[in-house]
Amino acid sequence: MAVVVPPFETFYETHKTEVFRFLVGRVGREGAEDAFQETFLRALKAYPRLEHGEHLRAWALTIANRIALDLYRRRRPVGEMPELVTEDGRPAYEELATLTHDLPPKERAAVVLRYGYDLGYDEIGAALGSTESAARQAASAGVRRIRSQSGARPQTFAPGGPPAPARGLAPANPEEQRQ
Amino acid sequence: MIDLPTLELDERFRAAAAAAGLLDVAYDVFDDTSMGPLLVGVTDRGICRISFDPEPERELERLARVHGPRVLRSSKPVERLHRELDEYLEGRRRDFDLDVDLRGQPDFQLRVLSELARVGYGETTTYGALAARAGNPRAARAVGTVMNRNPVPIVLPCHRVVGANGSLTGYGGGLHRKELLLRLEGAIS
Repeated sequence: MAVVVPPFETFYETHKTEVFRFLVGRVGREGAEDAFQETFLRALKAYPRLEHGEHLRAWALTIANRIALDLYRRRRPVGEMPELVTEDGRPAYEELATLTHDLPPKERAAVVLRYGYDLGYDEIGAALGSTESAARQAASAGVRRIRSQSGARPQTFAPGGPPAPARGLAPANPEEQRQ
Repeated sequence: MIDLPTLELDERFRAAAAAAGLLDVAYDVFDDTSMGPLLVGVTDRGICRISFDPEPERELERLARVHGPRVLRSSKPVERLHRELDEYLEGRRRDFDLDVDLRGQPDFQLRVLSELARVGYGETTTYGALAARAGNPRAARAVGTVMNRNPVPIVLPCHRVVGANGSLTGYGGGLHRKELLLRLEGAIS
């Protein structure tokens, strides 16, 4: 049997902390516990079908994102906001969660993985089972939809990483502006 | 507050993964045996690995290659093996009640290991005799290699195989361990 992915133990140990933090940002500490187990069980089920060991981080975060979405759909948030995660200048995921709440799942995943997690479009594409350009389109469609829904550029949404827009959701590089 | 998955959450996932039957191999490291730390692995068919090398990296790669990539540390599936090993190493058990999973072993290895499994507690045999029982009396040296690569030492008792002149010859886990096991079984004094 050709080994194309690392042993699951290695995958799990490498990504569990980041996945957990991501989930805490998305669904709060309490929900994160269930979502965490669900995420890795789902990853375990799909693991033998993976064809290569690249983009595993993006893949893990995408599964976590889907689980978080399911959780949100099941219990529409009432009143309380999820716990705020801000460390090392990382974006406040709950803000992303709120902003992207009504996006179609693929756009939402693309926006969150791009602006919340600084993943490249190639990684996002691989994680979503599509292509780099499809991921780029999904992210930019998501951003446009957020803008049109909120009526104005949300000044508060300023993710911290290098590819993030300096202010609001203005695309950071010229390539994206062409979209 | 730093958000880390708690130890409890971690263990809960590992147990759930095993309970859901999603693992190709569940493994664990027993740190506290009289033979030193042992890494053990089980599949749904039985014991697939006992290693004296406590460094998991290499082992996990090997287990993934042979049995599939879903290799995860999980203590529940190896509980019974842990108990039986403890009992054996304390001199309270002579045979193991667990099955052995030898998938991935070539034919000759399989024949030799099956013959090896018949060598009883406290007995010894020789490489040549085992080769003969596996159908190839001249393959003593090859049998030595099979013993050296035995995936489940202790349970498949390669420690009971000695040189024609009675010398202990060699052991994958180090000669001192072979001596300990044979002394435990009363095969040598």
